[in-house]
Amino acid sequence: MSDKNKKIGSVLVVGSGIAGMQASLDCANAGFKVFLVEKQPSIGGNMARLDKTFPTNDCAMCMISPKLVEVGRHLNIDILSYSDLKNVEGQAGNYRVTINRRARFVDEEKCNGCGDCERACPVSLADVFNGELAEHQAIYRLYPQAIPNVFTINKNKLPSPCKATCPAGTNSHGYVALISKGKFLKALDVVRERMPFASICGRICFHPCEDVCNRGKIDEPVSIRNLKRFVADYEWEMIQKGESVERPPDEKPIEIKMDYQEKVAIIGGGPAGLTCAYDLAIKGYPVTVFDANEKLGGMMTYGIPAYRLARDFLEFELDLIVKKGIKVELGTRFGVDFNFEDLEKQGYQTIMFATGAPFTKKIPLEGIDAKGVLESIPFLKETNEGRKPDIGKKIVVIGGGNVAIDVARSAIRIMEPGSEVNVICLESREEMPAHEWEIVEALEEGVKIHPSWGPSKIISDSNGVTGIETIKCISVFDELEKFSPSFDKGIKKTFEASTILLSVGQMSDFSFLSDDIRTKNGVIDTDPLTLETTVKGIFAGGDNVTGPKSLVVAVAQGHRASDSIHRYLRGLDLREDREPIEQTREFAEIPKNTYPAGIPRHVMPTLDAATRKTSFIEMETGFTADMAIKEASRCLNCAICSECYECVRACKAQAINHDSKDELIDLNVGAIILANGFEPFDASLKPEYGFGRYKNVITSLQFERILSASGPYSGDIKRPGDGKAPKKIAWIQCIGSRDVTVGNDYCSSVCCMYATKQSIIAKEHESDTDCTIFFIDMRAFGKGFEGFYNRAKNEHGTHYIRSQVSSIKENPENENLILRYNDVESNNRIVSDEFDLVVLSVGLVANPSIKETAELVGVQCNQFGFAGTQPAYPLLSGREGIFLSGAVNGPKDIPETVMQSSAAAALCGQLLNDARGTEIEVREYPVEKDISDEEPRIGVFVCHCGINIAAVIDVKSVVDYVKKIPGVVHAEDTLYTCSQDSQKIIKETIIEKKLNRLIVASCTPRTHESLFQETLREAGLNKYLFEMADIREQCSWVHQQEPEKATEKAIDLIRGSIGKSHLLEPIHFKTVGITKAALVIGGGLTGMTTSISLAKQGIEVFLVERNDYLGGELIHIDRSLEGDNLQVRLSDAIKEVELEDNITVFLNSTIDSVNGFLGNFTSTIKGTATTEIKHGAIIVATGASQSQPSEFLYGQNDNVMTQRELEVNLKDNFIAKNVVMIQCVGSRNDTRTYCSRTCCSEAIKNALAIKEQHPETIVSILYREIRTYAYKEVYYRKAREKGIRFIHFPDDQYPDVSEKNGALEIKVHNTVLGKELTLPANKLILSPAIIPESENNERIGELLKVPINEDGFFMEAHVKLRPVDFANEGVFVCGLAHSPKFTEENVVQALAVAGRVSCILSKDTLEVGGLISVVDPEKCASCLTCLRECVYEAPFINAEGVAEIEAIKCQGCGNCTSACPAKAIQLRTFTDIQEKALFFSILKEPEILKNELD
Amino acid sequence: MSKEPIIVAFCCHYCAFTAADLAGTMRKQYPTNCRIVRLPCTGKVDVNMLLKAFEFDADGVMVAGCEEGGCHFIQGNIRAIKRVVYAKTLLAETGVNPDRLVMYHIAASQGPLFAQRATEFTEIIKKINHEELTREKNSDDNSRRQAV
Repeated sequence: MSDKNKKIGSVLVVGSGIAGMQASLDCANAGFKVFLVEKQPSIGGNMARLDKTFPTNDCAMCMISPKLVEVGRHLNIDILSYSDLKNVEGQAGNYRVTINRRARFVDEEKCNGCGDCERACPVSLADVFNGELAEHQAIYRLYPQAIPNVFTINKNKLPSPCKATCPAGTNSHGYVALISKGKFLKALDVVRERMPFASICGRICFHPCEDVCNRGKIDEPVSIRNLKRFVADYEWEMIQKGESVERPPDEKPIEIKMDYQEKVAIIGGGPAGLTCAYDLAIKGYPVTVFDANEKLGGMMTYGIPAYRLARDFLEFELDLIVKKGIKVELGTRFGVDFNFEDLEKQGYQTIMFATGAPFTKKIPLEGIDAKGVLESIPFLKETNEGRKPDIGKKIVVIGGGNVAIDVARSAIRIMEPGSEVNVICLESREEMPAHEWEIVEALEEGVKIHPSWGPSKIISDSNGVTGIETIKCISVFDELEKFSPSFDKGIKKTFEASTILLSVGQMSDFSFLSDDIRTKNGVIDTDPLTLETTVKGIFAGGDNVTGPKSLVVAVAQGHRASDSIHRYLRGLDLREDREPIEQTREFAEIPKNTYPAGIPRHVMPTLDAATRKTSFIEMETGFTADMAIKEASRCLNCAICSECYECVRACKAQAINHDSKDELIDLNVGAIILANGFEPFDASLKPEYGFGRYKNVITSLQFERILSASGPYSGDIKRPGDGKAPKKIAWIQCIGSRDVTVGNDYCSSVCCMYATKQSIIAKEHESDTDCTIFFIDMRAFGKGFEGFYNRAKNEHGTHYIRSQVSSIKENPENENLILRYNDVESNNRIVSDEFDLVVLSVGLVANPSIKETAELVGVQCNQFGFAGTQPAYPLLSGREGIFLSGAVNGPKDIPETVMQSSAAAALCGQLLNDARGTEIEVREYPVEKDISDEEPRIGVFVCHCGINIAAVIDVKSVVDYVKKIPGVVHAEDTLYTCSQDSQKIIKETIIEKKLNRLIVASCTPRTHESLFQETLREAGLNKYLFEMADIREQCSWVHQQEPEKATEKAIDLIRGSIGKSHLLEPIHFKTVGITKAALVIGGGLTGMTTSISLAKQGIEVFLVERNDYLGGELIHIDRSLEGDNLQVRLSDAIKEVELEDNITVFLNSTIDSVNGFLGNFTSTIKGTATTEIKHGAIIVATGASQSQPSEFLYGQNDNVMTQRELEVNLKDNFIAKNVVMIQCVGSRNDTRTYCSRTCCSEAIKNALAIKEQHPETIVSILYREIRTYAYKEVYYRKAREKGIRFIHFPDDQYPDVSEKNGALEIKVHNTVLGKELTLPANKLILSPAIIPESENNERIGELLKVPINEDGFFMEAHVKLRPVDFANEGVFVCGLAHSPKFTEENVVQALAVAGRVSCILSKDTLEVGGLISVVDPEKCASCLTCLRECVYEAPFINAEGVAEIEAIKCQGCGNCTSACPAKAIQLRTFTDIQEKALFFSILKEPEILKNELD
Repeated sequence: MSKEPIIVAFCCHYCAFTAADLAGTMRKQYPTNCRIVRLPCTGKVDVNMLLKAFEFDADGVMVAGCEEGGCHFIQGNIRAIKRVVYAKTLLAETGVNPDRLVMYHIAASQGPLFAQRATEFTEIIKKINHEELTREKNSDDNSRRQAV
C-alpha cells in the first residue's frame, strides 16, 4: 500500500458549535485524534448565546458549559480557534489540510483570562455576541465562560486613516481612544512615542489626519490636533499646579536605553534636527545639537508667531527634549564658527544636517532694494523676540502662503489701531496655499487679502517705500501644473505702503557644504529612503532636503535620519525593512460594529478677533477635559484596536504581542466533518418590520441575550429604547423563513418553539407580562413539543394569533409598536394593537462560512447555501470522507444536531477503523508513591494571578499565616501558579520537600483543578491528594473594595482546604475488560443501520428481531416525500446485514433476560432456541407502528382509507374526482397528546402523487397545522402551487364525515372563510397517528431498567444533549422507539447510537471507580434506602446481603450518602469526616484544629 | 462589638458554584461573609452536616443548588430542600433561629443572582445577630438591675 493510501487516524472538525463539539468528543473518545477548527476566538457557537432551551427550559449555559470544559481539556482534541481552513488535498482516509491560525495577538499559553487587559483597553465596540445590546473592548473574549478562556485583539487589517496619514507616524487613533476614556497622561505618552513636540504640534499642525478622518464622512472629522494639544496642556497645567506627573513605574513609556559611545553631531536645532537628536538620545547615543541662533527650535521659535504658539509651551517642550540627554551648542554657525575637521577632531562619528530653509526667496522686482522692503523671516524673528519694528501704518505683504499670513497677522498686532495690512498674492482666493482657517482668521482680524495680483514694481521715494504697483494675474500654473504665472498687464492696481514684506517662499543656504555633499534643485541630494547624502555616513533631513514643509514632515525626517544613523553606527543595512516613504493610502473603513456617538465636532474656543489682534496672546484657549473626552468619543475606531498598548502594560503575564502574525499549519487527517452551522437571519432584510429603525423591535436572539442572566441587562427584561420593563410583548414568526422574497422558502424548524419558550420565560421573569405570538402554522412537531405548546397556551397564558402582521408603526409618544393584523380565527377581523416590545423570530440561514468551506473541500451546496444536496442522506457531503453534521446541512434543533454529530463520528469510525488509536496521545506518569504510612506533609501555593488576586488579597500575609498551620511544610506565593514554570516549581517542591498533599489557592477548580492534578501525577502523587481554594472568582474579584476582609476570607478558605487535606486519601481506579459486542433489539432499518455501522467498526453485533423478517415498519412505505426509493434502501440494508460477518441475526426472537452493566452485559435471547450472549452495550430499536383509525367511517366504507393504503392504491391507476384528506387522526388529542410528525408530509407526498397522475383530481387536505418543517416546506409550497386545497379547521371542530346514498360527504368548518363547507369525496384519506409499541416497550423498559415517557415512547437521558443515551449507562435508543420521525432521521439516530457505542466499545478496558460512593458493609442495615434514592440504580444488595454500589453506574452525586440512615455510605473525597474537617477548619483557628480531628 | 458573621455556603458544582464563579468573572460585588464549600450536588447535603456547621459557630448556612427541575443529578436539589426544611425545625427546637439556614436555587448562568443572594442572606444574618445581641444585652441589663 502506498503512503498516499494509508489511512490516518485523525479527524478534522470544522466549526465548534454544539455540533462540532459533540462530533469532536465522539471521535476523540472513539480513538481518533481531533483537530477542531473554529473561526471565532472561542468554541461554543450559537448555543452558547441561548438563555434556556425548549421544551424543558433548561439553562443552556448549564448544559453547554461542562461540554466546553470537556472539549477544552480533552487530551486528544486540539482546539484551533480563531483559525480558518485554507486548503484541502488528498482523498478519503488521507487528507492534507492547511489551516491559517489568525493572529490573536494574545499568547494562548500565557493568557489566563484574568481580564486586566480588557479593563485597560480604551476602545469599545458593539458586542455582537450580546446582540449589539452591550459593548465590549477591542481586546475581548466572546463570553465569560469561553473556552479557550483567553483574550483576542480585534484588529482591522488596514490602519486607521489618521494614523496612516500622519507623516511622523503619530498614533492618533491610539491617543484619541485613550482621551475618550479620560486617560490623558497615557494619551500624551502615546503622542510622544512619535511626536516629541506634542504641545507644539497640537497647536500648529496642519493635521492631514483630520482630512482623511472617516468621521468626516458622517458629519465632521474628529478634532484630532486639538485633542493632542489638550493632553499636552493637561500635563503642563498639572506641573504648573505643582502636581506630580511622574507615571507609575509600570506605566512608564518603554525606553530601551543602551549606552552607546559614538558621538553624533546635528547641525540645526529645528524640528528635524531635534527629533533626530531626541531619538538618538533615547537610544543612548551622545548627541550634540549645534545651532546658529541664540535659541533652539528653528522655525518653531523664530517663524511661528506667539499668538499661535505661546512661548511658555514652546520653551517647556524644547526643554523636555533637551533633558533626554542632548548637548546643545547655540550661537555657533557651521561653516563659519566650526567645520567638518573640528567635528572630526572632537570625535563625532557622523553628522546630520538639518539646517532648514530659513532664508526668504528674492524676486526680481523693480525697486526691491528700497528701504522698507523687508524679508518675512527676520521680521517674524524680531516680533517673536518681542520687538516692535517700526513699519508704519500701511503695509503690503507679498505672498499667499502661511508665512505671508503669519507676517500679516503679526504685523497687525504691532501696528497702531487703524493701520492697514494688505496681502497680495498671485493665486486666486481658492488657490492660495495658506490654510483656509488661517486666511479666515486673518480676515477676521482686519487683514485685507487681494488675490490674483502680482507685483510689478515697488514705488519709493528718498525716504523709502511708498507703495507697490501690481498687475492682474490671470493664471499661476500652466497646463502641466508648473508654476508659470501669466498676467494681464493692462489691469493695474497700486497699493500705498510704508513697508513691504516679502513672503514668496523660503530657501536654504548651502554655502557651508563641502563639494562632495551635493545639492539638487536647491536641496541637499539624499537617498529618500535613508536620507544619506552623497557622502557615506553623512545624513540630512528636514527643510534642507524637502524644501520648506511643515513641522510634522520635519519630524518624520528626523525619525528617518535617526534610524539611518543608528543603523550606520551599528553597522546594519541602511535599507533593510525600512518604513516606505509613501504613506499607505489604503485605510480602514468604518467598522461594522462601532457606532458614532451623536456628538457634533467641538469647535476650539478662541479669543474674539478684536481682542486677539491687539496682542500676541495665544488666540486658541484649548479644550476642557470634558470637551476632550466628548470629542475623543466621536472617534469611530476605524482600525478597531488603537494600538495604544495599554493592554501590553496591563498584562502582567506578558501574553500580548501586537506584532504576532498569522500562521499556517499543515495537518494530515483521515476524515473531515463540516459543522459550520447557521447564523440568524438578518432582520434588516425585511425592512417592513422596522428592525434597526424602531428601537423596541428586536430579534429573537437579542431577546435570548436579554433573558440571559449573563446578558447585557443581567437578566432583567428591558426595552433597548428606554430601559423600561415591557409589559406587553409580541413575537412575529417566520422572519426570513418560509419566505420566497428573501430566497428562504424553507421552514427554520425551531422558531415556533423558541418563541414559545421565550414567552414562558418572559412570564417567569415578570408574571404580569402579556405575551402574544403571531404565527402561520404552529410547528410543534418534535418530541415533547406539542405538550410544551399546550402548556404555554393553557398554563402560562401565551396568546397565539394565527395571522401575518401587515404593518408595524412606532407610536412616537412612547416608542411602543402598533401592529395591524388580520385575525384569521376571529372572522378575519382587522385588529390594531399596541405592544411595548416586538420580538422578530428570525430564521436560521446558512453560515457564510459554509460556502467558503464547501468550495474549498469540493462539496456542493443546495439552493439555500447549506451544504449537501441529498436530503435523504443528510450526513453525506457528496465527497467521500467528508461528512456533515448539524445546521451545516439545514436548519435544525439541538438534539438533531447532536445526533448528526455522533452519527458523523460513527461514519468516520467506519472509514478509519483500521487507523483507530494510531494518532492519539496517551500520557505516561511515573509510578505513584505510597504515602499510606506518612504523616501529612502539606504544600501550599498561593497565587497572585498577576494583580487579580494580589491587588485585593495580601498574598504575602496569607502565606505567612499558612506557614504556621500544623502539617504545612511548605508555603509560597507565585505570580501565576498555572504558568508552565510554576508547574515545574510545584513538581520540584513536591519531590524535594517530600510533600504528600498539595493545595493551590488561586482561581476556580472548575477550570484548573485538572491542570494541577496532572502536575501531582507527574510528581508521582495520587491526583486526589489535592485541594483547591478559589480565592479569585469567589474572593478577590467579588470583594474588590474590602481588601482586609477578603484577605481574612482567603485565609479561612485555605485553612479549610488544609484541614480537609489531612484526611485525603489516594483513590485508585479499577480497570475492567470490555466485551466488544453489542445487542441490537429490533431489525427495522434503524436497528440494521446501527448494526452495520458497528460491525464496520469492528464490533460484533447480535441483532434480535421478533418477526420472521427484517425490515420493520418501513416495509409499508415506498417512497419518501423527496422521492427516495425506500424499498431499495431497505433491501440494500438487509443484504448488507446478511453479508456482514460481524452481525448475527436472531429472527423470531425476543430478549428474555439482561444482567450486568456497561461494558459487560450477559443476556439471553429466546427464539427457537435460547442463546446466552455477552455484550458491552444494548441498543433499543424496537420501532413503533401506525394506529388503526376508528373514526370517520374507517372500516365501514371502503372509500375511507389511510395514507399508507392510499400509497398502495396509487401504484395502480388511482381514479377519483374528489379526494379529501383529514390530518391529525388520533394525534394531538386528549388521549394521544403528541404530534406524529410525519403525517403532514405523507399527505402532501400522496396528494402530489395524485396530482401527478391525474391533475384534474380535486384534492383537499383538512388540517389543524401543516408541519412541513425544514426543506419539506418546499413541497408544501409546491402542493399549493399545484392547486391542492388546504383547508384549516379549528382544533375542537373536527370534520364531520357521513355517507349519503353511498357517497361520502364531509362537512368542515373552514377557519379562513369562517363558515362550514360541505365537500363531496370519492375517497377519504386519513392520516393516523404513529403509536408506540406500548406493551413491548414496557417489557423492555423493565428488563433494561430504562424509562418510558407519558406517551409510551422511550425516554432518553437528556432531551438536548444526550438524545440517544439512556441514563442507564451502556444502553441506547434510536428510531421510532424514541419518537415518531422520518426514515432519514431514524437512520441518523441509528448511526448516532453507533457513534456513541463506539466510544465505549472501541476501548479494551474501562476505568471504574474514582469519585464514587462506597458502602461500609459493617454499618449497612440493608434498609434499601440507597436503592430507592439512586436514580442511576447503582446500589444493589450483594451476595452478603448488604448494599453495594456498582462502581460503573455511580455518578458520584452523593445523594445516597446523605440519605443513608446508618451513615454507611461515603462519597470519596467528600466523606463526612473530610467535609467536617473542611468547614470546621474554615470556621476555627488551627490550635484547636488538631484536637478536634483526633 | 459586632463581629463579621461567617456564613457557610454549600454550593453544587454544576450550578451554584458555577454561578459564583461567573459572579466573579462579571465582578459582581457582594459581602465577604460567605465561605463557599463545593459539593457535587446539593443532594449530598445531610441534616447532620447542616447542624454541624452551626455547632462550629457558623452564623448562617446557605445551601445553593440548581434550579428546580434543572438538577444535573435529576433530583438532588429537591432532596436538599426537604433536608433544609427538616433541619430548620431541628434548629428551632435547639433555640437557633431557623432563618439562619436557607436554600436557594441558582442556575449556572445566574452570576448576578448569586451575588444578590449572598448579599441578601448576609443582611438577614446580620439582622438576626443584631437582634439577638440587643435582646441579650437587654436581659443582661435587666438581671443586673434586678441584682441591684
